[in-house]
Amino acid sequence: MAEPWFGPAEWQAIALSLKVAAYATLFSLPPAVLVAHALARWRFPGRQLLNGLVHLPLVLPPVVTGYLLLLAFGRRGPVGGFLEDCCNLVFAFRWTGAALAAAVMAFPLMVRAIRLSIEAVDQRLEEAAGTLGASRPWVFATVTLPLMAPGIVAGAILAFAKAMGEFGATITFVSNIPGQTQTVPSAIYALLQVPGQETAAGRLVLVAIVLAMGALLLSEWLGQRVAARVAGR
Amino acid sequence: MLSVSLRHSFGDFALDLAFEAPPGLTVLFGRSGSGKTSVINAVAGLLTPDAGRISVAGRTLLDTEARLNLPRHRRRIGYVFQDARLFPHLSVRQNLLYGQTFAPRHARRESLDRIVALLGLGPLLDRRPGALSGGERARVALGRALLSAPDILLADEPLASLDDQRRAEIMPHFERLRDEAGIPILYVSHSVPEVARLATTVVVLRAGRVIATGPAAEVLGDPATAPGLGIRAAGAVLSARITQHHDDGLTELAAGGGRLFLPRITAAPGSRLRVRIAAQDVILALHRPEGLSALNILPVTVTGVRAGDGPGALIALDAGGEALLARVTRRSADAMGLAPGTSCYAVMKSVAIAPDDIGGPEPT
Repeated sequence: MAEPWFGPAEWQAIALSLKVAAYATLFSLPPAVLVAHALARWRFPGRQLLNGLVHLPLVLPPVVTGYLLLLAFGRRGPVGGFLEDCCNLVFAFRWTGAALAAAVMAFPLMVRAIRLSIEAVDQRLEEAAGTLGASRPWVFATVTLPLMAPGIVAGAILAFAKAMGEFGATITFVSNIPGQTQTVPSAIYALLQVPGQETAAGRLVLVAIVLAMGALLLSEWLGQRVAARVAGR
Repeated sequence: MLSVSLRHSFGDFALDLAFEAPPGLTVLFGRSGSGKTSVINAVAGLLTPDAGRISVAGRTLLDTEARLNLPRHRRRIGYVFQDARLFPHLSVRQNLLYGQTFAPRHARRESLDRIVALLGLGPLLDRRPGALSGGERARVALGRALLSAPDILLADEPLASLDDQRRAEIMPHFERLRDEAGIPILYVSHSVPEVARLATTVVVLRAGRVIATGPAAEVLGDPATAPGLGIRAAGAVLSARITQHHDDGLTELAAGGGRLFLPRITAAPGSRLRVRIAAQDVILALHRPEGLSALNILPVTVTGVRAGDGPGALIALDAGGEALLARVTRRSADAMGLAPGTSCYAVMKSVAIAPDDIGGPEPT
């Protein structure tokens, strides 16, 4: 009898990875749009500082980011303690923490893609909308946002793929608990620690490659479709 | 009624002007860099001047002294941009209706159906702006502005990016709006034929200042403003009435106390229209010429002579009560003894008058 491709532990890791990446993407989208808009359009003191802060996870060793998250969002950390008291929200050693770590790591990629798309929006169209009676929030909702949709879609998919692959910060912040915080990369790492598990690890490696490649292709395809729609062709 | 007074400094260029625009179509006329677009942008709220006051139909839009500066979305203006600026992600129908959704219900004078019929937009409604030609885009932009129920229509060289054929297609719409829309129109242009055909009032700008203002026929026929317009642009606007269409393709008009023959005009006999006659197309003769190919000979009286710095001179003429302008050499003017009061004949070739210089029929 043929051995099944994946055992329950592998399926669990794949499902958890998808869940963590989906939550990470969904919840970081609104702040990413806000931050990208602020960086692209507003002039305020501390703009460069904000820009640096957003990009920090891109250049910092992931283990440092994970450790800082642990300090801040651990159950005794200032933010973590507060959130547990007020909202019963716990990040440490839970899948929510994995999602937070993934979101933080993917945030710079998302902001970059969205910011580029905002900068490509023709501000003369926003002026035109203003002269037609639309207030600033309406202009944003009816002109700016639809025109930057391709960037938002591309940024979200890129962030999703990045979140799927996040390892360093996640394992530092929430460890490697099967069924709780063990995502595909953590599972591969765990399998590689045990002699004789190379085949199982190889299968997960294949899954990681397929998911990453799929996300890239989807992002490209969706981006083109949305761009064509927005350009009015 | 629009009233504007502005001061604004752009570094090495300063705007310092005031003018009033009576009902009808007012053309802000001047070369590029004279400040026309800055003025219209200040009215629209796209530019906040250093100091100034702008009011439209009794509503103050800007008063820097009173610290009043209405944001653009509350100014109730319809702005037709040179580059149309249609929203690429919306259909033509959605573009047209965009401004209407923000207009107060009681102010909506125009319905989508009426604008679509007026501008011939029916077949375009479900298309995207990306699939429109330049002329179609200009018509949609005009319709969109009108449907936002504005107190004033602003147009920034809406025809400048179009070829002659498209221009001829759009210009009659502005003529009709001028005569029927009942809202003032402020129209930026550097094209003399556009001014001659469209303007009720002309405000001539030069280096950020108003150098002449008044009814179109007066300003264009005044030799004193000609240098400001550019000497090649000098010319007068006659009000003409079609009397007859001839079989050989010519249309006969009564104008300037005489008869004009022009290449076929498609309007019914009895229609009134404007004809611009460029100063450089007019020849003067002391005696009625004979054996001449030119068909148009009007008896005129010299009312003024203005010699320029160069070899040319502008001769202001009275043709049956209307102003006409001729550009001749100073040498000819001297040889003929042209001076105020001299009677002579103005000669014009029929084919010299371009179709662009002939307006559409006006209401009588």
